[in-house]
Amino acid sequence: MAELKNTERDVDTILEDMKSFRDEIITKYPPKVAKKRAKSMVINEDPNNPPEIQANVRTVPGIITQRGCTYAGCKGVVMGPTRDIVHIVHGPIGCSFYAWLTRRNETLPTSDSDPNFINYCFSTDMQEKNIVFGGEKKLKQAIREAYELFHPKTIAIYTTCPVGLIGDDVHRAAKQMMKELDNKVNIFGFSCEGYRGVSQSAGHHIANNGLFRNIIEKGDYEVKKDEKKYRINLMGEYNIGGDEFEMERIFKECGINLVATLSGNGTVEKYHKANTADLNLVVCHRSINYVAEMMETAYGIPWIKVDPLGATSTVKMLRKICKYFDDKELTDRVEKVIAEEMDKVEKVREEIYPKTRGKLAMLFVGGSRAHHYQALFDELGMKTISAGYEFAHRDDYEGRRVIPTIKIDADSRNIEEITVTKDEKKFHPRKTQEEIDQLSKEGVDLNDYKGMMHDMSKGTLVIDDISLYEMDKLIERYHPNVFCAGIKEKFCVQKLGIPLKQLHNYDSGGPYAGFKGAINFYRDIEAMVGASIWKEIKAPWEKKTYAQAQ
Amino acid sequence: MLLRHTTAKEIDRHALTINPAKICQPIGAMYAALGLHGCLPHSHGSQGCCSYHRSTLTRHFKEPVLASTSSFSEGSSVFGGSANLLSAIETIFTVYNPDVIAVHTTCLSETIGDDLHEIVEKAKEEGKVPEGKEVIYCNTPSYKGTHITGYSNQTAAFVKFFSQTTGKKDNTINLVAGWMEPSDINEIKRIAKVMNIKTIVFPDLTNVLDTPLTGTFNMFPKGGTTIPEMKATGDSKCSLGIGPYSTLDACTKLKEKCGVDFETVEIPIGLKATDRFLMTLSKLAGVSIPDSLTEERGRLVDFIADNAKYFWGKRVALFGDPDILIPTVEFLLTLDMKPVYLVTGTPGKHFDEKMVELLKDKVPEAKFKSGEQADMFQLHQWIKQKPVDLLMGNTYGKYIARDENVPFVRLGFPIVDRAGHNFFPKTGYIGSENLAINILRELLDFQDRTCREEKMEFQM
Repeated sequence: MAELKNTERDVDTILEDMKSFRDEIITKYPPKVAKKRAKSMVINEDPNNPPEIQANVRTVPGIITQRGCTYAGCKGVVMGPTRDIVHIVHGPIGCSFYAWLTRRNETLPTSDSDPNFINYCFSTDMQEKNIVFGGEKKLKQAIREAYELFHPKTIAIYTTCPVGLIGDDVHRAAKQMMKELDNKVNIFGFSCEGYRGVSQSAGHHIANNGLFRNIIEKGDYEVKKDEKKYRINLMGEYNIGGDEFEMERIFKECGINLVATLSGNGTVEKYHKANTADLNLVVCHRSINYVAEMMETAYGIPWIKVDPLGATSTVKMLRKICKYFDDKELTDRVEKVIAEEMDKVEKVREEIYPKTRGKLAMLFVGGSRAHHYQALFDELGMKTISAGYEFAHRDDYEGRRVIPTIKIDADSRNIEEITVTKDEKKFHPRKTQEEIDQLSKEGVDLNDYKGMMHDMSKGTLVIDDISLYEMDKLIERYHPNVFCAGIKEKFCVQKLGIPLKQLHNYDSGGPYAGFKGAINFYRDIEAMVGASIWKEIKAPWEKKTYAQAQ
Repeated sequence: MLLRHTTAKEIDRHALTINPAKICQPIGAMYAALGLHGCLPHSHGSQGCCSYHRSTLTRHFKEPVLASTSSFSEGSSVFGGSANLLSAIETIFTVYNPDVIAVHTTCLSETIGDDLHEIVEKAKEEGKVPEGKEVIYCNTPSYKGTHITGYSNQTAAFVKFFSQTTGKKDNTINLVAGWMEPSDINEIKRIAKVMNIKTIVFPDLTNVLDTPLTGTFNMFPKGGTTIPEMKATGDSKCSLGIGPYSTLDACTKLKEKCGVDFETVEIPIGLKATDRFLMTLSKLAGVSIPDSLTEERGRLVDFIADNAKYFWGKRVALFGDPDILIPTVEFLLTLDMKPVYLVTGTPGKHFDEKMVELLKDKVPEAKFKSGEQADMFQLHQWIKQKPVDLLMGNTYGKYIARDENVPFVRLGFPIVDRAGHNFFPKTGYIGSENLAINILRELLDFQDRTCREEKMEFQM
């Protein structure tokens, strides 16, 4: 297969070879590990009826995983982007340091006096004596000091590994401090110790529970008469590289009223209005589907899965919204925006397409982008031959229809499930069953997600929680033109002579969402596959022709 | 304003750390472990730590940083992580085949009290450690000290597990390298070579975190101190610890274990620290300092003399690690600059004492702090009270630099927003010149950007 390098590749041959590749990889592992990894590496034989993949299970120790922890999923991903919360990390200094500005959640305060704590890092900086005698006293003092210095309206506390073990009760400390500060500040904690669950995913769930209970549920905003139309929330969109700003722009052009985004460019003030929206758009299914479900139950707000990555996907999303609101004025305006924007996008795409057509991509990213970005590669004529997530669950791979068959194993059993009931005051059904059925006929499935494998080609290789070894071999064998992963993988892959596009931080680029994002992405991929340096890896004197000349 | 909530008014803080000037132990242990040839660092804790440490090191070096983890689950956190580490050792040797696994711990495994010695012995008994392979370990609780402590613990573990005495002394000098860039270590190695001194350097990060792009991916690059070299350190004539915070433990351990005498010096940043470094080396090795180094020194003196007026009296705020800050402050004084504000999150009396010694006469108004709450928020508050002309520190300093409109020199770890910084040493006379050139450039660029149009200077 090595000969396939850098020429127009026969994709069918590669896909055919992937079965034996998979079997070969597995044989390298010790027997127990092999048995386990075999279930997490599957060939997507029938995209309409994907095979079962093992996902959301504990990581094999020592295998060199991409994964992070529950704290990262809770503080780093879901809660961190909210700019008006003082996020205090209760633990030794590391956890707080590493999550300090390292995810590119952009935020734009509305005025000079608008609180913005995004650039700060707050920690109780636990010392040995706090481990021995407990850290609650220090935590409470830290809250006093944060209050005295910053007077925030909201303080959130995040626990780290040792906190759970020594038995500090941060929830009690939060309540006591709220009382001490005369309830002038909302204080609550997240039990997101790094060892909970098996990955960042548990942290998403814990964050969702707390976000709903401590913020969304407390919203009592009343919609004014003149602002009622087309109210939506954007869920699981974290404004990496300005993605959310581009979505804000598009919705504004379209006359769609974006109430709140969870949690890119987010504020508590906006979250308090979230229950007044008429539709939730779920971008990152993995990280926010819990809140989406809770809001459906509590307030009757349905959700649809959307994918604003790629121009065609963005168009699809906008048309779904139009069908949902079923209003000619809105539809006309949206179609006008689509026509104008697509014109600009197509001009760039046509210019770049000949340079990217037929090239191969592989994506191993988090819990949603490995799926979303395939649409952008499709637009460039690039084929995704292998993909996988770090920490997604089976429903993200196979679709939500498999949820009833998912068994929660011992490692995830202790992640709290909260029961949300109808909020009698705020609940009102947005659609009748008839309307819902009609929407489904028109291709707008409410509260559903079909998963990544549904959209991938037959025969592609899907790997959950890929190891360094698997990644290395995959690249060595198939030489993709672009490999997508994160910072830890970036330079390993590039040493192999293959450019790596970071799809967590976009290599400091972006936005990649929406129409402008599509153009940015096309241009960045053009630069990546076109870069001259990849042809200069071998010194002239290392090449055959030089040896012959001797 | 990026840091809009920072005001000049200080409160008496005892519990809240804001914008730390330190990291936690295991990242230091991981960094040092990469300086051993054929070694895979292993983080015994939940996997988040390992990912974070790898990411931070990678962002700084723009290089692969490999490490494995025990991936604790809630079960192992309650019942102990022995099974995780045993299975990790088996998988690592089977799949990745390093010569050595260097295990360090996190606040998780330290709080539950996992006994690494016992677990590793069990791994050996069960045949999980192949013939000729090694598993070494050190304890790196994140709630004690900082990343510098972790680096020091890992370096001391190299001695504990490898250093041996054969009874026959060798005319070699151990250079125990404190936390520096590979380029800094490389410059120190060059100086020793110029002086014709036989050395063993550990940990040696050169050719590890600065590897070429060749089209193949070597998990274990050609650099790093080899195990035979590490073993031989016990027979060396003496050790020189470069940077006391990060090397004193290893030097002391080597003295206790193999009777190797030692001295420690500051990391040779700046004229005087480099002078002392060379004189100490010359004394320990019994060789004279060659003319070529005297000439290098002269060139640095020449550069400073030529540009003295630009440095004179400039107020500087610095944050970072003590082994870097101490010689840098001394160098700034050589340049007649005024280091007025200094913070290091790393605790220890040595820093405070050195600051008093260096600053009491020359900059009596200087404020400095180390340990808990000695953070960048504190530093920024001081700057708000009375401004500075220059800020020096890692990438996080750029937020203060922009808000306060001061020139900014990147120094220390991590520097994640610029590339190539790690190619240029700041040790030795040449490195010090790099640093002084960098300071001068930032000062003059700032002047060019902000001066009135009629005051724009064409030449200097």
